[in-house]
Amino acid sequence: MPQLDGEGRMNTATQPATDAKAAYDARWKRILDCVALKQADRMPVIMYATYWLARYGGISNKELMYNYEKTAEISERAVLEFEPDACISLVGANALGRVFEATDYKQLKWPGHGVGDDQPYQYLDREYMKADELGELVRDPTAFYLNKYLPRIFGAFEGFEHFPALPGMFYFRAITGLRPFANPDLRKALRRVLDAADEVEIYMNHAGQWNRRIASLGFPLINGSASGAPYDVLADYFRGATGMMKDLFRHKEQLLEAIDMMRRNLVRMTIANAKASGNPIVFIPIHWAPDAFMSPKQFETFWWPSFRQMMVELIEADLIPMPLWESDCTKRLEIIKDVPAGKCIYWFERTDIVKAYEVLGDRVALRGNLSPSMMTTGTPADVDAAVKRLVDEIWNKGGSLMLDTAFGIPDETPVENVRAMFDSARKYAG
Amino acid sequence: MSDMTDKERQLVEWLSDMNEDDALDLAKKMLLEEGVSPLRVLELCRNAMDIVGKRFEEGEYFLPELVLAGEMLETIGAIAKPLITHAPGEEPKKLGKVLIGTVHGDLHDIGKNIVSFMLDINGFDVKDIGIDVPVKTFIEEIRAYEPDVVGLSGFLTLAFDSMKETIAAFEKEGMRQQFKVMIGGGQIDETVRAYTGADAFGINAVEAVNLCRSWTEKAA
Repeated sequence: MPQLDGEGRMNTATQPATDAKAAYDARWKRILDCVALKQADRMPVIMYATYWLARYGGISNKELMYNYEKTAEISERAVLEFEPDACISLVGANALGRVFEATDYKQLKWPGHGVGDDQPYQYLDREYMKADELGELVRDPTAFYLNKYLPRIFGAFEGFEHFPALPGMFYFRAITGLRPFANPDLRKALRRVLDAADEVEIYMNHAGQWNRRIASLGFPLINGSASGAPYDVLADYFRGATGMMKDLFRHKEQLLEAIDMMRRNLVRMTIANAKASGNPIVFIPIHWAPDAFMSPKQFETFWWPSFRQMMVELIEADLIPMPLWESDCTKRLEIIKDVPAGKCIYWFERTDIVKAYEVLGDRVALRGNLSPSMMTTGTPADVDAAVKRLVDEIWNKGGSLMLDTAFGIPDETPVENVRAMFDSARKYAG
Repeated sequence: MSDMTDKERQLVEWLSDMNEDDALDLAKKMLLEEGVSPLRVLELCRNAMDIVGKRFEEGEYFLPELVLAGEMLETIGAIAKPLITHAPGEEPKKLGKVLIGTVHGDLHDIGKNIVSFMLDINGFDVKDIGIDVPVKTFIEEIRAYEPDVVGLSGFLTLAFDSMKETIAAFEKEGMRQQFKVMIGGGQIDETVRAYTGADAFGINAVEAVNLCRSWTEKAA
């Protein structure tokens, strides 16, 4: 078993066993060929699954989130049965219950914590930061995180509002400045955070162990790290959906400053995480780009410039951005085309990917996008027809397509439809 | 807008152009200093929202405008409504009753809230029964409220089955023919509509308003 790196990273670069190394290399080459817009030897198929694994393995959603060993075993079984060309870190993406609990995470409800044992976790859209705090966040993001943001989103950090401001301390003031650490609430919080970190370490080790295990069996991870778009992070995790929409009118300048601050920090953190993972592909789920969510002018003012700059900076760091353009982004295609050729993977959810290919085919590799309604309510014949359409309309025309569902295998998908997705891909495209 | 005073026209314009500060100042002045009828001010708000809805349909406005318009109207409504002293029979006639909720298992509500608001300001009586609504609660609420339209909302794929189950329960209770059912949410398409047995689906709040209008106008 390879050694963990010192920081317990999830996706440390791996050395597959010799007998599986060729398979691993062939699969990874397929992915990189697609990115480089060269037609691979066959159309890669990607596996992204969350609670569908619970159905597949006959366990509850809750158990999938809490039982590291069981989740690892079911995930491995799924990978071995379907033999994807790459998959996500299935343990890392799913076995999150214990870290949510240890941190007392407030932004989600999850099985056993606010939703039933067989329901998915769900995000709570709230104003985690008020509009009048935008300036404070931009002036000193670290202090804002320590004193306000983290105590709001993690129960474990309640007490960090007493964490002292460090800049400005010097000489004896640096000594007396330590007094807040005697505060009982802060001390309690520090202990809780240390305990939570122990669980995070356990979780990361389990995820890393699984990642290395499937690599040793010949299967690469599609991405080694994940990130967010600057606008989306601020909208979803700080201001809340409606708060952010009102900010577009009420706090335009401050919002643009906050978005820029977010970009700088996201780029720095994303490069560090991706480099530590040893995998250049960065998964970036995109939430606020859809056609219906803002006007073209708003999109080109508030959303796109910071994200484009972020992608360019990631590319300059030899990384491969892989945004998942959620919902329908058809009207954005001409704008988001403005990236260097052969450097990105664009995953589409509801955008017609054939149309996306027509616009973006010479610029980015594509991933997607069998519809959730068809995967859950259709038949294997429906899946077969949908795969054939994508092969005919994209792959056979020389397109760089990685076949996947629209946003992971929907939880309720019958196993035979998943089989049909993989079988039809092999039948029509190698 | 030909029967409006200049000031009234100005309020409608500022509201529909998202000029929030000026619109709210003017509305407050009209209501609190000039004694303009609160019903008249609310009527002007509806006029402004007609323009906002039209611009949304034409692709000029998007969700942020609907949200800000909603906020402006809420602020004006909070000042205007306590000032209303109804004479008998003076209550504005409603277009129809809509009961709306997010189906069981799903906690999402942003889209549902925008649909509720748009129906409300477009003249419908709306009862929003919240998120994660059990089938039984839908049945009880429908019996009590007797809506013309029932709106089922859901963002997650699990909502497909929840919607199907909820609509099947309407059939079982013998109430399915008493109202129309519309569904909406991030993953909803024609395949899901057919699967659940809903009468129609909509991809945005204005479509929801148009569906309800088409059904209640036919019934009237």
